[in-house]
Amino acid sequence: MMSAGSRTDSGVRGKVLVVDDDLALAEMLGIVLRGEGFEPVFCSDGSEALRVFRESRPDIVLLDLMLPGKDGVDVCRLIRAESGTPIVMLTAKSDTIDVVVGLEAGADDYIVKPFKPKELVARIRARIRRNEEPTPAGLQIGDLAIDVTGHSVRRGEESLSLTPLEFDLLLCLARKPGQVFTREALLEEVWGYRHSADTRLVNVHVQRLRAKIEHDPERPDIVLTVRGVGYKAGPL
Amino acid sequence: MLAPFRWGRKIWRRSLSFRVTTSTLLLSAIVVTILGFSLLSRVTTGLLDSKDRSAISEASSGLGEAQRLLDAANTGPATPSAARLVDSVIATLGARSGSPSAFDVLLLASSANTDAPERGTNLVAVSSIPVELRESIASTKRQSWTYSPIVFLDGRTTPGLIVGAPLTVPTVGPYELYYLFNLDQEQETLDLVSSAVVGAGIILVILVAGVALLVTRQVVVPVREAARIARRFSSGKLNERMQVKKEDDLAQLATSFNEMAQNLALQIRQLEELSLLQQRFVSDVSHELRTPLTTIRMAADVMYEDRGAFDAANARSVELLQEQLNRFESLLVDLLEISRFDAGAAVLETDRTDLVPMIERIIHATEPLAERNSLKVRFAAYERPAFVECDPRRIDRVIRNLVDNAIEHANGTGVVIELAGDSDSVAITVRDFGVGLMPGEASLVFSRFWRADKARARTTGGTGLGLAIALEDVRLHSGWLEAQGEPGSGACFRLTLPRVTGESFNSSPLSMGEGFSEGPSGGSDAGADELAIEASLSARTRDPLDTAPWQKGGP
Repeated sequence: MMSAGSRTDSGVRGKVLVVDDDLALAEMLGIVLRGEGFEPVFCSDGSEALRVFRESRPDIVLLDLMLPGKDGVDVCRLIRAESGTPIVMLTAKSDTIDVVVGLEAGADDYIVKPFKPKELVARIRARIRRNEEPTPAGLQIGDLAIDVTGHSVRRGEESLSLTPLEFDLLLCLARKPGQVFTREALLEEVWGYRHSADTRLVNVHVQRLRAKIEHDPERPDIVLTVRGVGYKAGPL
Repeated sequence: MLAPFRWGRKIWRRSLSFRVTTSTLLLSAIVVTILGFSLLSRVTTGLLDSKDRSAISEASSGLGEAQRLLDAANTGPATPSAARLVDSVIATLGARSGSPSAFDVLLLASSANTDAPERGTNLVAVSSIPVELRESIASTKRQSWTYSPIVFLDGRTTPGLIVGAPLTVPTVGPYELYYLFNLDQEQETLDLVSSAVVGAGIILVILVAGVALLVTRQVVVPVREAARIARRFSSGKLNERMQVKKEDDLAQLATSFNEMAQNLALQIRQLEELSLLQQRFVSDVSHELRTPLTTIRMAADVMYEDRGAFDAANARSVELLQEQLNRFESLLVDLLEISRFDAGAAVLETDRTDLVPMIERIIHATEPLAERNSLKVRFAAYERPAFVECDPRRIDRVIRNLVDNAIEHANGTGVVIELAGDSDSVAITVRDFGVGLMPGEASLVFSRFWRADKARARTTGGTGLGLAIALEDVRLHSGWLEAQGEPGSGACFRLTLPRVTGESFNSSPLSMGEGFSEGPSGGSDAGADELAIEASLSARTRDPLDTAPWQKGGP
């Protein structure tokens, strides 16, 4: 888990924006995050969240889904509209609909209350960690050019704006074109999960990724579904 | 050959109007036939009775005339020859017949005397007279009659009435005089009447059947309509109602149906509202409880990490806090899950899933628990990959629960997971060789908060809701979850899932309960069992987990 080194400057591992109206929980989160070397920033009102986000420019956002002022899902959409900053939802509901709505609004990951501090920290680290595996600086998949070091994807002259998570997902598949990845393998590679089983994360983000990179998201030719198994990067 | 018969039976069972029409047709045909026959026989009797009476009186007077003629000839001055005598009798009687002749006459000699002349009018053949009639006249010496066809020498026959009587011709001997009455006209009348009766009968039967069809259709059409509406209603279209026309019995049916539908729809909507309310309540409770619990949890964790810095009492308190928080948390999660099932809010998210890697992951994840219980979990898959349409999140939870349970109750003996499939279903058994189940407990294990051993409940984890939730999860897939066990021989849990969610299946590809009646484990029988399991494992699977030798720990 000692992976966030490249982002560490002067002992601060990263700035975390905590958007939660429950003051006790926010304070407790602050204690835990500081203990792990993060720098927390707080916001307790949904309608303030975007302003605080712009001012503090955090590395990751922890977002409660039930907020006064503005709903967490809306905040999520607003942040995602202008930034690819990782967003982890804090949700009290593990119900399918809530989770999927949050993920579709652009959240990268979610964590269900009550969670253990270690679990939370592991999730945060997984999201702000950069992939340090040795890879070629550039990759080609379909008609897409992936600039690994520059974290950008281009189709011809057009630059596609992917969130870091979507970029990691595409990169993971594109590194081994044609190889089928199970959803569990992708959860481990991209999200850093070990045993967890919620494959909806993968499904939703593959849909979001396709919407950005495919010519026709209904009939994808870059990220292909292998029925009953998982996904693979499309034709060479 | 049998096809039309089957088809007929099918229609007979299915169609009320067909049944009513057919039975009406048959019954009315029988009644009309009986009526027709009795009518015809009465007409026949009436017709023939009058004919008989006139014929017999005609024959009697003819006989008297003939006898008088013969007697007169006998007393006359010169006895004429027999032939002439007979001729004159025939001529006289023939003249009485009139024109066209109402009858023919035949004079036959009774004895076999060949000299005796026999005469008849109009070419009537002797063969017209039935032998029985002649015998009857010969024996009774009295007038007698019968119906018999009249045969002419030119080959014609007509229906006829034959009246005969004995007669004595002087000098020759006994004769028989036969009157043959032609019944042609009566036959014609009868033919006419009977064809009229048959025709009328057929028309009547068809009419009655037609009326029956019409009447039943009047009943059946609204009944079919009612059935169609009831089907639509039961398929969820709660606003379907029957049309109420007129005020007859069918209208009453429609009215009662509509009232029933109204009440049902109302109750269903109330239940739906209640369910929605409960769902919202559960959701709210969930949120309201979880947020403070998260804070408590984190605070306890922070303290727990630093427990080394506390004194003994505080350190132990933090440990207890941590343990009980874990318990409280899983209880909360399970309670919320159960109430989601109770509220009918649980939804399946199915996907074609390979169960083999899922089970392998579960075994991997439960390794620490297995090590703590000093046992091995072994897995034999007789089908791989084993694809099944299911909600992987739920099925993972079910299997994980079964494996956890088996490890905790195995008393360190070992746990065997087997997987097999057939065309309709896939089954997984989780077998342990530990404490087992008392008789009757197999059905209780799925009850909420039920514990096999009250004394153990304090030490082992688990909320007491795990198997109840598992059962609900499996029900959602229309699968089976069963338990079997014997004290001391361990327990076996079998999960059977249909290949396609909601499809039915009749049997599970895996049997359960092998080895339960073999006596207590640890005996020689159990040893034989082990060998058998070992053999089947090595023969039927290449699972790397199975390469470790099977060890049965514990006493």
